[in-house]
Amino acid sequence: MQSPERQTNIQNHELELFLELIYRVFGYDFRNYNKAHVKRRILHRINNLELGSISELQHKVLHEAGYFDLILRDLSINVTEMYRDPGFYKSMREEVIPILRTYPYIKIWHAGCATGEEVYSFAILLQEEGLYERAQIYATDFNQIVLEIAKKAIYPVSKIKEYTRNYQESGGKKSFSDYYVARYDSVIFDQSLKKNIVFAEHNLVTDSVFAEVNLIICRNVLIYFNKELQNKVVRLFTESLIKGGFLGLGSKENLMFTDVFDQYQTIDLKEKIYKKLVITKK
Amino acid sequence: MGFDAIVIGSSAGGLNALKTIITGLPHNFSTPIILTQHLSPHSDSYIAEFLNQLSHLTIKEADGGEKIMPSHVYIAPPNFHLLVEEDFTLNLTVDEKINYSRPSIDILFETAAIAYKNKLIGIILTGANNDGSNGIIQIKTFDGFTIAQSPESAEVAVMPRSAIETGHIDKILPLQEIAAFLVSLCC
Repeated sequence: MQSPERQTNIQNHELELFLELIYRVFGYDFRNYNKAHVKRRILHRINNLELGSISELQHKVLHEAGYFDLILRDLSINVTEMYRDPGFYKSMREEVIPILRTYPYIKIWHAGCATGEEVYSFAILLQEEGLYERAQIYATDFNQIVLEIAKKAIYPVSKIKEYTRNYQESGGKKSFSDYYVARYDSVIFDQSLKKNIVFAEHNLVTDSVFAEVNLIICRNVLIYFNKELQNKVVRLFTESLIKGGFLGLGSKENLMFTDVFDQYQTIDLKEKIYKKLVITKK
Repeated sequence: MGFDAIVIGSSAGGLNALKTIITGLPHNFSTPIILTQHLSPHSDSYIAEFLNQLSHLTIKEADGGEKIMPSHVYIAPPNFHLLVEEDFTLNLTVDEKINYSRPSIDILFETAAIAYKNKLIGIILTGANNDGSNGIIQIKTFDGFTIAQSPESAEVAVMPRSAIETGHIDKILPLQEIAAFLVSLCC
């Protein structure tokens, strides 16, 4: 059979219908993700499977095993690295840790943790600052496959050179190699880093508050959402933070353009670290 | 005919090429420009500031959700992909690198082609890889206009040559003539 012509666009109403069906049938809601990104990923999938249209893809996703998992993988945000933006971690060490230190017990939520690199980056930071033993860390993502990778704490050795550089720039206090063992082409991170981490499935779009926490870290997730969904998610964060709790976002995610901005004080404008006000303005 | 936007992709040697084009555009040049220059993921945002000092146009690093405005030049931030939405806003992602690059020229061009259709000009400048060639094909699929810097005038010829070899380039121009040609197309 001749393979169909490469698809170059999807009609918006067809894409919307497809996302609506995904939501109704599977419960995953991508309807308020930024369209250009979603369209590009779905187009790629259609061409990769050598299908002729989004309706052919839709039929397979609804009726054949395995296809929905592909879509889930295409639309989940899986790219992360250890100590991405070292300045963020440096600022956390200098501005946030001293305040967290004043609590007898701290809860931290990594929302949209993907494969866990940033969770372990922060766990190392907590160990070095002597706070790990009194921390409970929740690491959540909607995608179970990436959570399984996160739980293993095994990463390709090819990335270590860059991670080591990032770690040093972030104000790391030891030798980065103290935290992992290299085996063949992988490194496995120290088991002691996992002790206080709970990995759990949680969907920022459809699930609600599950704990009251001192710090939320959610980096480079909101950039995939439209304004409406961004507001919904930062409201969820605001409900989940204790008064005086901290929120750390990605370098291109600005709380200033959301509805909750007046409930926060900016701790670091460049690194996007915010503190929920103790007395909230109404 | 008239064009609503220009996308530019550049890589090795791109900063000088961009400087030549941007400084060659008059202060009343209102067609927005969106550009992706390959950078080290660790680099800071100096390019926008550097070019902004040399030009009458407003040159800035792109923010997510930002509306594309006339007389503005938007630059992809280091380590993010830059995408154009169909409502003519900009968005960023941290998806996988494409052609070893983030930002990727292909992603910018492919999404801009869908948004602007035949009202888009795409330009490939100097560079050492093939990024942007798929984007050029996509722009032609939507009947946009495509330009490549002539390989002889490029600091590194690989990228414009790859774009030309797709067979989808409308105009090949030496670097020094690109700005004047854009003025003739857009003003």
